[in-house]
Order: sequence, then structure tokens, then C-alpha cells
Amino acid sequence: MTSGLLITFFITAIVLVAAGILAAWLLAPSSFNKQKSQPYECGIPTKGTSWMQFNVGYYLFALLFLIFDVETVFLFPWAVVMKTIGMTAFVEILIFFVIIVLGLAYAWKKQALKWQ
Amino acid sequence: MTGLVYDFSVITQSIDHYLVSHWGPSLAATIEFVLVGILYLLIYALVGLMLVYAERRICAFIQCRLGPNRVGPQGIFQTIADFIKLLLKENIRIERADKLLFFVAPFIIIVGSFLAFGTIPFAKGLHALDPDIGLFFIMAATSIGVIGILLAGWSSNSKYSLIGAMRSGAQIVSYELSVGLAIVTMVILTGTLQLSEIIEMQRDGWFIFKGHIPAILSFVILLIAGTAETNRGPFDLAEAESELTAGFHTEYSGIKFAFFFLAEYMNMFVLASVATTLFLGGWMPLHLGNFETFNHVMDFIPPLVWFLVKVFTVIYIIMLFKWTYPRLRIDQLLSLEWKYLLPINLFNLILMSVIVLLGLHF
Repeated sequence: MTSGLLITFFITAIVLVAAGILAAWLLAPSSFNKQKSQPYECGIPTKGTSWMQFNVGYYLFALLFLIFDVETVFLFPWAVVMKTIGMTAFVEILIFFVIIVLGLAYAWKKQALKWQ
Repeated sequence: MTGLVYDFSVITQSIDHYLVSHWGPSLAATIEFVLVGILYLLIYALVGLMLVYAERRICAFIQCRLGPNRVGPQGIFQTIADFIKLLLKENIRIERADKLLFFVAPFIIIVGSFLAFGTIPFAKGLHALDPDIGLFFIMAATSIGVIGILLAGWSSNSKYSLIGAMRSGAQIVSYELSVGLAIVTMVILTGTLQLSEIIEMQRDGWFIFKGHIPAILSFVILLIAGTAETNRGPFDLAEAESELTAGFHTEYSGIKFAFFFLAEYMNMFVLASVATTLFLGGWMPLHLGNFETFNHVMDFIPPLVWFLVKVFTVIYIIMLFKWTYPRLRIDQLLSLEWKYLLPINLFNLILMSVIVLLGLHF
């Protein structure tokens, strides 16, 4: 039942967007113009492509995110059974946390959290 | 509880019995899926239109303007008129764009927010998707959206779009941590991820009252981080209209732009629903200790009304954020997350587990 509903929701979302685009294709006017199909750039002609190298700062944050997101994923199953297991779970997660916080402190010290 | 029980599962079960008796189980299941799909599509579109209208009126109210008030009484049909206008606008094709990715991006964004929308518990029995990993599923579904945003920005081959998408990616990805950790903090208290069970546990008191300080802290963190994750002001620097024109959806026009807009508002609705379910008791009525009369009066208000009132209160707070605070810079944004929210969140998590261990919660 749940998987069927999941597929239903997936298909419904796609149908929603497809119907919107189809309706617009049928109803909306369309005309070709060389200038109109240029990317927006406040009046002047676009210089070169936009597919180029980008500020590495974003990459750093993506890496940091990866570490901490995986940590959050580990925390979910722990959080569910925390009540039933009790003290053992708490001590284990404290050790886990010390390692994680050390990582965060290292990144902080190395100026990785500073935007440049 | 002896009060009235407004249970929608009675209605759905009677529909189910009727369909099964007439068409047999497999065909009935198909019809039910179609019905659920149409119903949720209607609610999705309606809530989206309502939220856009509400935002414009609230914004006007805060800025001492009138806002839309001409189309229909108090301008309630304004967004419908806008929708028709957007439908009739040309879909401009960008010459050097990556055609396939440009086309696919709105699909991904809508799929992400619609899947999360399906798990919202509106009332007892009015709850389409209720997997036992509910909260985790919502986190997973809402994080699909960032892929669509990155694709939209990258495929447009426009500098504004690219900058907007990169900022948005860094921002959503960073604040997802805080949303996740704030939810984990509450999961320690609930011990389950299923939304319907979480609501049942709040029958005798909402978690924001039951969970002491950590619950209040994580509610505040969830509101802040959620506002950032849905790309709303004061964290809307991904589409900062005064610097980046419109950010990642600069090149989208007509109905495709409308889908990005709709998804943003619906993500806000999903966030407000998660906050309501986790902290404010979902569709449970407000009960005050031993005031029997008061509790009985509160029981008479249908759960659907309770849920919507709470959700729209949270949405109102989120809208107030947007119209009262100035926009953050990207370095301020990232340091707020990594240097303030994340350490506070980690500390809060430990605090919550200590409270649960010592049994200090109510």
C-alpha cells in the first residue's frame, strides 16, 4: 500500500508539471527572436559561456556538509533506540561526538569555516 | 479521552469498502490511488495559491500598503489571475542552455516537495503516506529539491543563475544539517520516526511543553534553519532580486517559473507542518492540566482546524522573518550556521539525551 502510494505521489507530481508545460505550450504565444534567446545580462551582450570554474569556497562547505550529514544519518537510528538502551547508548554517542567536535574544531582552526 | 473524535478514517474506509465490493480489490486499489492523487494535487495547488496571496497581504500590511484587493472580495482571486497570466506567457528558450537539464529541473523540484507534502498528517485518518521512517523520509524528499535548483542554475548558462544556484546549494546544504539535528533531538524524546505515533504521544501535552529547554531550543533552531533551507528571507540571497535579478530561476519564464515559486511556498508549508507535528502536537487540541470544561470545549474543534491554525501560525512567523529582517551576506549566513547553530545544536542534543536518561521530561 505504502509503496503504491509513493509511486502515485511520484507520478502525480510529474503529471502536474507536465500538464502545466503542455497547457502553456498549447495556450502561450511563441515567437522567435535572436535577442530574446540570449541569457539575461543587464543590457550588454553575454561574454563567453557560464560553464566555468567556480569559487572553491563552495566546494569546501560541500565537503564539510558531507561529513556532518553522514553523522546525522548515523544519529537517526541511535536516537530512535536511545530511550530503550539508555546509558550505554549515551556513552557511545559521547565518544562519537568528541571525534566529530574535534573535526569541527580542526576545520574552524584551519579557517575552513571562514568565507573567502 | 471521552470527547468527540473526528476520525476521517471512517470515511476513507467506507469509500474503500464501497469500491472493493463493486470492482474487486486490485481495481479498487487503482481507483483509490487515482483519487488520492487528484485530491492531493488539488490541496497542493490550493494551498500554494493561498500562501502566495497570504504573503502578499501580510507583506503589504507590514509595509503599510493595501496589497492586492481588486480581484474578487479583498483580492482573494488575485493569485488565480496571476496563475492564468503566467500560463499564457511565452516559454522562452535559451539558445545556449542545456536543453534537457533545463527542462528536467522543475520536475525534480516539484517531485521533491510533493513527496514531502504527501506525508503531512492533516487530521486523524487524513494522512496519505505514513511510513515508519516518516521524519527521515521528509528529510530525504525535501533534499531532492537542491538538485533541481543546482540543475536549473547550471543549465541556464547565465551568470546570475549560476551564482544563485551555487549560493543556494551551499546554503541549503549547510542548513539541512541544523534541520536534521533539530529533528534528531526531538526523535530522542519520541523514540519513533512515524508521524502518526508522534502525534499520539502528544495527546496529554505538546512536546514543546513536555521537552523542557532542549525542545524549545530545537524549535527555535528548526524555525531558523528551516527558513534558510526553504530559501526564504532573510536568507534569500540565492534569489536576491536586487543583486542577482532572480538567482537560479532568472532564465525561466511563464509556467516553469510558476513551478519554482510554487515549490518554494509548498516547502515552507511542509516545514511548518513538520514543526507543528513535532512540537505543537499536530492535530491534537490544546489541553490544560485539570480544566475539564476547557478541555471538553477544545475537543469540539475539529482536528483539521487545529492543524491548519497551528501551521498557519508558524507560517505567519516565518513570513514575519522575511519582511522584518534585512538580508544576510553569504559569509554571515555560513558563519551563523557553522559557528553558532551547529555547536548549539550538538550541545542541545547531549542536553536532551541527558534529560531523557534522567527521566526529567514530563
